[in-house]
Parts: sequence; C-alpha cells; structure tokens
Amino acid sequence: MLSIENVSVAYGKVEAVRNVSLSVEQGQIVTVIGPNGAGKTTLLMAAIGLLRSTGRMIFQGSDLAKLDVEGRVERGLCLVPEKRELFADMTVADNLLLGTYSLRDRSTTRKSLDDVFDRFPRLRERSKQAAGTLSGGERQMLALGRALMAKPKLLVLDEPSLGLAPLIVREIFRTIGSLRSLGVSVLLVEQNARAALETADYGYVLETGEIIQSGPAETLIHDPKLIAAYLGGH
Amino acid sequence: MTADIAAILAIDGIATGAVYALVAIGTVLIFTVTRVIFIPFGDIAAFTALTLAALDARQLPGTVGLVVVLACMACAMEVSTLARAGELRAVPKAVLGYLVLPLIAVGIVWLAMRLYPPMPVRIVLALLLILPVAPLLDRIVFRPIADASVLLLLTVSVALHFALVGLGLLFFGPEGVRTEPLTSLAMEIAGVHVPGQTVLILVAALVFSGLLFLFFDFTLLGKALRATAFNRTGARLMGIRPARAGIIAYLLGSLMAGVSGILIAPVNTIFYDSGFLLGLKAFVGAIIGGMTSYPGAALGAFGVGLLESFASFQSSTLKDVIVFSLLIPVLLWRSLASQHSEEEVEE
Repeated sequence: MLSIENVSVAYGKVEAVRNVSLSVEQGQIVTVIGPNGAGKTTLLMAAIGLLRSTGRMIFQGSDLAKLDVEGRVERGLCLVPEKRELFADMTVADNLLLGTYSLRDRSTTRKSLDDVFDRFPRLRERSKQAAGTLSGGERQMLALGRALMAKPKLLVLDEPSLGLAPLIVREIFRTIGSLRSLGVSVLLVEQNARAALETADYGYVLETGEIIQSGPAETLIHDPKLIAAYLGGH
Repeated sequence: MTADIAAILAIDGIATGAVYALVAIGTVLIFTVTRVIFIPFGDIAAFTALTLAALDARQLPGTVGLVVVLACMACAMEVSTLARAGELRAVPKAVLGYLVLPLIAVGIVWLAMRLYPPMPVRIVLALLLILPVAPLLDRIVFRPIADASVLLLLTVSVALHFALVGLGLLFFGPEGVRTEPLTSLAMEIAGVHVPGQTVLILVAALVFSGLLFLFFDFTLLGKALRATAFNRTGARLMGIRPARAGIIAYLLGSLMAGVSGILIAPVNTIFYDSGFLLGLKAFVGAIIGGMTSYPGAALGAFGVGLLESFASFQSSTLKDVIVFSLLIPVLLWRSLASQHSEEEVEE
C-alpha cells in the first residue's frame, strides 16, 4: 500500500536519508529501527510531506509527490509525530474531534469517539480537561486516539514509546498490535527495537541514513549482530 | 468634573471602546491564525462606511472597482502559481474562489442598488462588498511571504495600509461622509441621557463577539481555526490547510471591522484615510490584552475608548497624544511581565 523507492532527503548539503527503499503491505505492521540520528524521523517527515525529498513514493496507487501534507491526510496517510503536536489549550474531546477534520463523512464521529474512549478509558475521564494538563502517557494515548479518529489506512508512528514509563510503553504497543484487526497498516519508527520487533511483521534497520538490513521481524529479533547492537544482548 | 459629566464621558467612552473592540477582536483573530498583524483593518472599517454612504446616495461605491481589481490580481497570481507547479487541475477551483465569487458579490450589489433597497439591506450589501477585500489582499500580499518572520509581516502590513489609503483616495475620492443615523431613539438611565446609537453599538459589539465565541466553541471549523492558531504543524497533520483557515479568519475579521465601520459612520465623519487611527487604537487595545486573548483584546479596547473619552474632555486636540503616551507604561509592563514565545526566542 505504501512503497518508497530510492528516497533521499537533504538538509542543505547534508543528506540525512540516502536512497532508502521500503514497502508496507495492506494490514502489515512494519518497523524501522536504528540508533538516534540515523534519519528515522527525517524519513517519516518526508513520507508525510513536511520535508522535501527526491525519489518515488506511491501510496495506494497515487504518487505522493503531487500531494501536500493535507492531501495525504485526506487519503488516509496519518502521522503521529514524535512531538505529538497536540492542541495544548484545547480539551481532550476537542483534540479528538479535530481528528475527523479530514473526513468527508462525519456521521460516524460519535461512534469513533466512543471507540477511542473504550480503547483509552483514561481519555474519557479527562475529556473536558485541557490536553496540556495530561501526563506523558496520556498525551501519547491522545495523539494515537486523535489519529484513529481520522480513520487512517496507514498510520505512521514516530517513537510512540519515547519518554514513557515501561508499563505505559507496554500498553501503547498492545494498542498498536491490535490495529491489525481494524485493518489499519502501521509504519512504526522506534528506538525501542525489541518492543518494536515483537509487535511488527517486518523490519528495516536504518543506520546513518541508509537501510543496512531488512527481513521478517522474527528473523531480525534473533539476529546475533542486531542483538549485540540494539537488543541489549539478552 | 462633575459626576454627570463623568457619566456622559464614560458612556461615550464605552461606545467608542465597543467599536475598537470589534476591530481588536478581528486583529487578534487574524494574528493568531496567520501571524499577520493586519494594520489595514481600520481601512476596511472606513471603506465599509464609505461604501454604505455611496449606497445611501445611490452612487456606485468605489469598493466595486477595488474588489474587481484585487480579484483579477489575486486570480492571476493563483493561476500562475498553480501553472508553475503543474497543478492545472486546480485552476477552475482557483478561478471560482478568487474571481467568480468576488464578482458575484459585486454583481449582487450592482443589481440590488438599482432598486434602492431599505437601510438594513444596504448595510448587508455594504458588508457583502467589503468581505472579499481582506482575503484577496491576503492572497496578493501575504501568501507569497507566509513563512516570513512576524516582524517582516508587520512591516509589510504597515506598507499595505499606506497603499490602501492611496487606493482609497483613488476609488472613493477625498470627500468625507456621514451616514444616516441607524436609530433616533434615546433613553434616560439614572438621569443620564443615553443615545440609541450608543446602545446599538454596544449591543452589536456584544452580539458579534458572542457569535464568534459560539463559532469557535461549537463548530468543527471554529475549532480548526483555533487549532491552527495554537499549533500549525499539528493542524496540518489533521488535514487543516493554514491558507484556508487564513481565508476564513480574514472573512470573519472583515465582518467585525465592517460592522464597526457601519456603527461609527453615523457618529463620526469618515474620510478615505480615517481607518488609520481606528485600526491603530484597536491594535493598541489588542496589545494591552496580550495579542492572543479575545476577552483581553476587548477589555483593552474598552480601556482605550474610555481613556480617549476622558482625554478629549481635558484637551480635544491632544487626546490621541494622551492615549498613545499613556500606552508606554502599559507596553513596558507587558514586555516585562510576558513570557517570550518560542518564535521570539528564535529571532
């Protein structure tokens, strides 16, 4: 459903991402792992259209180069950024409602809202509170919930576990795993390589802007080199 | 100064403040959504008054020419931008939005004015004609530099104001106008004479700010506008186009400015360049309120109105001097008390 071919992204003369190719199939969870500064976030910013890139990106048959960020969102390509980008002064409920802005048909808003509240009961409790008053974990739940309100076809997640307590990390990854049953495909970028590979179907390893390895997640998680480099050796 | 005089001055100041408040709220609206401090709002208000006066006198308002010229320019710019980007499919929509819709507004006014409709309809026609001006100016002037710093946008905004004063002279001529009073009623409150016009100004200010509040709190579009103001990137990731949010903000702001122009036209004589002081005082009110708060801007504007009213009693020639010089301590306090936003730190 998403295919990225030979994509490069440069900040001025510095190439942060070089000739990266990867693909996400329908219903698949694909992860890109790698160290800090490898270009993971840069790659996602290019995929959503916040950064200019060269190369080809095809999403469900349409060439992404012709679409701006908003056009990509309207077609079901949704990013949950590393910084969450919530509307801090607005209520939790309003943040979620804004998730539906890109939808043509908003008749199911009520049901989507209930689904998100069922998935994250904490958000229901805090629905009238300003988003800025939430804890880190609740913010990530809100960012995920807001993206789900848009009924994405491909959800792009940038470091969803960053800065969260282990218990909450587990909850977030359980949610990501459960998206498969909704028919939502996921492109997941993570530093927490073990958790990411345990959740994903397929993985890519990005180092200094290039893909150095790829394969089914189960294979990668048992790869001795990767265990030594990213998986903490056990 | 006796209590009676103080009461009369206060009522007068509140009426003036209400007019400033409408423009100040519009200024805050545009600033938060687009980061542009739109100085020409005063001109929009003055042009609305001049348009209404022309309609009263059964003349074709100069606004017609202004809108036609701006619409042609905006449309040409949009089409050439789209053509260069190779997005020819979007051209019909651009022509519709930037040329056809403004021309429809012009057409309606042109047809309707032959019938010499009653006062309320003429007010609606004047507002209809003024609404496209700010969004078109946005497309022509601000869209190409949308990513520039707030300071640069402000500088361009001031330049745009002077350009508009020139265009105002061209399209409306040098004569001042005063429109028919909206109401001749008057009332006595606790022994003080209150003109109906004052009450009307206050009611209109309350109604329009109330409607704006409802729009922001209870519609998805209103929430999308607030979201754009708070967090541009976040809003884009929801599929909210900042340019479109900007157009809506300019339309709403123009409506506020237009209403204020109609409210002051029967009280003050309006010339093509009368907008500057109105816009400046509203801007000052908005600054007192912190530039990002609607209630703050409204309160600030009422403060400016009251100050001006009492200052004009002391010395009518120096009233503007008194108003603006008393703002220096306010600005000092603001700059010391306020936290700097991220953008200010970067610059």
